[in-house]
Amino acid sequence: MIRVELIKLAGRPRTWVAIGLLCLLPAVVAVFLATTRISPPPGQGAAFLSAVLQSGSLYPAAALALVLPIFLPVAVAVVAGDAVAGESSQGTLRYLLVRPVRRTALLGAKLVAIVVFVVVAVLSVAGTSYVVGVSLFGAGDPVAVVRALPEVTGGDDAVAGAGSAGGEQPASAGGQVGGSDASQSGARPGTDTGDSTAVADDQAARDRAQSSVSSLSGEALGPADLAARLLGAMGYVVVSMLGVAAIALFLSTVTASSLGATLGALAALITSQVLVSLDAASSVTPYLPTRYWLAWVDFFRDPIFLRDISSGLWLQAGYVVVLMLAAWANFTTKDVTS
Amino acid sequence: MSTRQTQRIDARPPSSGLVIETRGVTKRFGSHVAVDDVDLHVAEGARYGFLGPNGSGKTTMVRMLLGLVYATRGEITVLGATVPHRVADVLPEIGAMVEGPAAYPHLSGRTNLALLDASGPRRGRDGQRRRGRVEEVLERVGLAAVDRRPVRTYSLGMRQRLGLAGALLNRPRLLVLDEPTNGLDPHGIREVRDLLIELNAAGTTVFLSSHLLAEIEALCTTVGVVDRGRLVLEDALDAVRGPTGRLVVRTPDPDGAARLLGRAVAERHDHTLVVDAAPGGPSALARHLVEHGVPLDGLAEQRRSLEDVVVALTGPGSDTARDRRDRA
Repeated sequence: MIRVELIKLAGRPRTWVAIGLLCLLPAVVAVFLATTRISPPPGQGAAFLSAVLQSGSLYPAAALALVLPIFLPVAVAVVAGDAVAGESSQGTLRYLLVRPVRRTALLGAKLVAIVVFVVVAVLSVAGTSYVVGVSLFGAGDPVAVVRALPEVTGGDDAVAGAGSAGGEQPASAGGQVGGSDASQSGARPGTDTGDSTAVADDQAARDRAQSSVSSLSGEALGPADLAARLLGAMGYVVVSMLGVAAIALFLSTVTASSLGATLGALAALITSQVLVSLDAASSVTPYLPTRYWLAWVDFFRDPIFLRDISSGLWLQAGYVVVLMLAAWANFTTKDVTS
Repeated sequence: MSTRQTQRIDARPPSSGLVIETRGVTKRFGSHVAVDDVDLHVAEGARYGFLGPNGSGKTTMVRMLLGLVYATRGEITVLGATVPHRVADVLPEIGAMVEGPAAYPHLSGRTNLALLDASGPRRGRDGQRRRGRVEEVLERVGLAAVDRRPVRTYSLGMRQRLGLAGALLNRPRLLVLDEPTNGLDPHGIREVRDLLIELNAAGTTVFLSSHLLAEIEALCTTVGVVDRGRLVLEDALDAVRGPTGRLVVRTPDPDGAARLLGRAVAERHDHTLVVDAAPGGPSALARHLVEHGVPLDGLAEQRRSLEDVVVALTGPGSDTARDRRDRA
């Protein structure tokens, strides 16, 4: 059944158009950057975009940052929202079920096909953007991007106490920091591993912290190290999309309209994005599906900062389990009247 | 094939000789009762016509038989398995068409069938036989010459044939077909009817739902009539179309015949008279007429038509405005 679902997915022109568009956006951005050589000021624009001018081999990371907020979730929501509702409105669902395909098996096969789609999409984006990046910007020396990234800080009050906090911070990050961070105003790499109350690492703080970006003077990353970090980031992005996929797939079993399921999932994501940036909603922020989406950036910190990453993985796993159970319960008990 | 079929029958003998049996099946959608307390009995080897006006619950019943829709109340047994719990065990032996054909519009008919075939439970792993199966059913429904055009470009009749091909993929013991001749031209209807009769002769039980009297009358051996969710008649077609106790006389001299027979004439249309049967039956009547100089063109028993029976038993289709007013 999984094989059949994959054939169906691959046989749809829409699948390839979506992946093509996903690859196109970073390429267009790269062309503009390469021809003008005007890099966005550090801290503005998508993460990494200012770094790629030095090293094209970082461009896959920049590309992920470009497609992650909107393009990729939209593509996933379209595919997942169509999964069951599309078969249902087309009438093919009833013929599948009387073949017979068990409803649980069908749902499972749909989920696997969606995951494969996400993996292929992310791989394609990374692959094409690597080629584009290296050919336009040169391979360069990928530096430890830790310097180029917005720091995870506690925001203004935490920055005010930078001097003392810097002294207390664990040596892990300090080793590679050297003198470089001293030259910058309030940048304190890795402080967030310390005091958890002072270091409120919510999204707003992350945004505010974008103004405090250090120089690009980290250590060079070896190709193997860079590849490993990229793979980690790509894997994390794939997992981040599973929550979207689960929401859309669940809605797809509820309604017979693909469009309804897709838009429903996107509405959920937009709500989540809005609430994540709203301080007043901080009580629910840790449970919102988009809360840890940007944590893949942490794969490029030195050392790799794992707390948000693992929170993100757990959160997505929770969404997938709960929503797939709901989808299963709904789908296996509902009357197929289409 | 035949040995496998025999084995299957041995493994699960339908205790009652019934392929489909339902008891008190009821389905509600909210407050609307789509199917109301229906007891169906479809014998092995029958060609069963499930007849009813549009909106009378035929399709819902068919969906319940296949486990697509769950009954609110009642028991369903198909090929010896209780539905919906064990329906997956017997679905491989059932071919079905429910409410029109459906296919992936961007793929060709052949690819659609191949995908449908591959979705089913694995029976042997030879792809060669699968391809053979697809070609065989395409041939049977008259689509063998079909090329790689996507289904999107098919006519309604071609889609209908493709749907029928999908139903035949399993070489089913039981065919459940909902309005299988929709959209076919008269030639196509005849072909499908011949195909179904041929399959039936080879041992396949055919359960066919339709709102077309003529179709049921031309094809089926047993008829079940459903009206507003209730089964109002279930009987052998021959029994339904029993003699009315009258004779139909055709004669070039209707006036003479009418004078001779007097009160026995029940109806008169031009050269045809409907006559209450006298003792002695048709032959006595023929002799009587001829002896008195009334020439005869034809003489036959009058039989009830299925249409008369159905119209007498059922109201107008539940999708008419009148019916809605009646219920309100």
